[in-house]
Amino acid sequence: MGAECKCNCEQDKKLDALFAQYKGNPNGLIVVLAAIQEVHGYLPKDYLIKTAEELGVPLSDVYGVATFYAAFSLRPRGRHSVNLCLGTACYVKGAPEVQAMLEKEMGIKAGNTTEDRRFSLDLVRCLGACGIAPVMTVNGEVYPRMTAEKVSEILAKYE
Amino acid sequence: MNFAELELLRATARESIKLRLGEEPSDNFKYHVLVCGGTGCISIGCQNTLQAMQKAIEDHGLQETVKLVVTGCMGTCEMGPVITVFPEGYYYCRVKPEDVEEIVTSHLKEGKFVERLCYHAADGTVQPKKSDMVFFKKQKRNALRNCGLINQTSIEEYIAMDGYKALAKVLQEMTPQQVVDEVKKSGLRGRGGAGFPTGMKWQFVLDQKADQKYVVVNGDEGDPGAFMDRSVLEDDPYSVIEAMTIGGYAVGASKGYAYIRLEYPRAIDHFTKALARAREVGLLGNNILGTDFSFDIEIRVGAGAFVCGEETALLASIEGRRGEPRPRPPFPAVSGLFGKPTLINNVETWANICPIIIKGGDWYATMGTEKSKGTKVFTLAGKINNTGLVEVPLGITLREIVEDIGGGVPGGKAFKAAQTGGPSGGCIPAAYLDTPIDYENLAALGSIVGSGGMIIVDEGTCMVDLAKFYLGFTQDESCGKCTPCRIGTKRMLEILERITKGVGKEEDIELLIELANSIKASALCGLGQTAPNPILSTLRYFRDEYEAHVKDKTCPAGVCKMPRKGLKS
Repeated sequence: MGAECKCNCEQDKKLDALFAQYKGNPNGLIVVLAAIQEVHGYLPKDYLIKTAEELGVPLSDVYGVATFYAAFSLRPRGRHSVNLCLGTACYVKGAPEVQAMLEKEMGIKAGNTTEDRRFSLDLVRCLGACGIAPVMTVNGEVYPRMTAEKVSEILAKYE
Repeated sequence: MNFAELELLRATARESIKLRLGEEPSDNFKYHVLVCGGTGCISIGCQNTLQAMQKAIEDHGLQETVKLVVTGCMGTCEMGPVITVFPEGYYYCRVKPEDVEEIVTSHLKEGKFVERLCYHAADGTVQPKKSDMVFFKKQKRNALRNCGLINQTSIEEYIAMDGYKALAKVLQEMTPQQVVDEVKKSGLRGRGGAGFPTGMKWQFVLDQKADQKYVVVNGDEGDPGAFMDRSVLEDDPYSVIEAMTIGGYAVGASKGYAYIRLEYPRAIDHFTKALARAREVGLLGNNILGTDFSFDIEIRVGAGAFVCGEETALLASIEGRRGEPRPRPPFPAVSGLFGKPTLINNVETWANICPIIIKGGDWYATMGTEKSKGTKVFTLAGKINNTGLVEVPLGITLREIVEDIGGGVPGGKAFKAAQTGGPSGGCIPAAYLDTPIDYENLAALGSIVGSGGMIIVDEGTCMVDLAKFYLGFTQDESCGKCTPCRIGTKRMLEILERITKGVGKEEDIELLIELANSIKASALCGLGQTAPNPILSTLRYFRDEYEAHVKDKTCPAGVCKMPRKGLKS
């Protein structure tokens, strides 16, 4: 089964180049999955099958790796990716309250995507910016010194 | 590039940074304005400050006399955005775009520094210059020698700071065994956490006979509360690249891998650029510096798994597999990446190598304590005034770090404990503030140096809740391969959840200790073996808090949501 193109063809060509580079080489598994995740925002089933075929890895191993690492998602993600840091510094400085407010505003538990796919909310372990804890990122943009009060104003910025 | 060309480049590059080093410059610049571009400062808007500074310099026509440089992290994350003005080294904190005009008109035009923007210590004193600041005075920077001083990705500025001098020395004057001997002499211990003697590790790999060997940098810094590796990878990538090249020469490897965690996109970006630049000038790749030594490095980006910081798991991940640890022996030095002998060291360990080669192992061994030589980078965070990145000689007391460098606990609250070593570590309570910090002393207190994360907590922190936090982390990050870690940490977490909800039973504390000890003894890798440490250590010093939760159904710090005292739940 071949993978259908569901998005930008240019980027799919890049994936094809990667498939060619790692043809029959199981060592490229994470590199290839990371590229698919980057292009599609998640790992569509067809691509997992294609990856298994191209790299010569059992599909069960592909699935094993895809579910092992936090960076990979088997489900489509929201348009905006909200990551709240739950490293120690953020934790002792009040990240749990921010988490509670985020979950309340979005109506989902962390680790999920809102039904309208506007937001995905994830808890991450240490972004390495402990000096400005608690830290939250939305689509990579950093919000330092977070408090529960700031949550709704920040979320309103993302449609 | 050959040896002579390298020295020529060093001489010219040196001229361009002399002003920053307190040496007499020969160029026309009167001031070097350094803007911190570390991740902490970027997150609180240093880009706007930088743009304002650039514009102000142009508006006042100072381009010929003022040089603007974006550097890596200066270490004072709490005070960002930070600007340093050389030659004197005035240190301006929390510089907003609207403050820039005053720095330009007063300082850069009239030579009068702006006192209100200088660092004000907690005791009210003003410490205007970097050299005045207690924060810096007690530090000794080896691994962080270039951070905050040079342009992050400029190989010229790196070379000006004695960059590639160590590699040149190794290739011209030293045999692989001599390189390994120098590292042994330094007494350097692995800075990733376990503290294994680095030189001994190098010797193991050197002694192996193989057609192919590998050198790896472990840049999977997942320990919550530690960010020194991030800083080195972002702010001084060449120091790691040069050291790995030296490592390759010393053990006979031609290929290296840099495993950097996905959560550090800037580190990946800077390291990638630095690799390309090093290749371009002939300091990486085939026939380095015109010799017959060839070495190259490839980047592998992590995919979000804490356990990949464990070396055997990391190697599995580079091979494209699930990052699950395997039993050792065989150690990676014998059978590592793709089954070949592999030299794997942490970022900070690598960052210490070049100064050791240039100044000698004996020099490095003059710092530190008898068994813990040299300097260690700590990340100070949590309830402390000066959060940031500090590098200190081992043997310094915890009090010096917390009170002098860290400026104490904010809000007039009392210091309660320092949690060191992250999820594998433990707490050091106030009674031990005068303990000299080294590997042995911290182990005796039931904690570890670990990767160097140091979280300060005050009286408003519940120690049971903190232990629960770490357990939640390890439980979440357990790879699940071995039962003690997969199920044992789950059971411990459940007990802690019970206790913090006020429904703990009296026998829970004993059950926790029993579980903790059996997990320590039976887990497969370091992650599982050390997972109970936060519990054991908080129980050791704060058992009364556990008992208050269980017996009185109260949280002394007022953190856990407990039913009111006296009520049955």
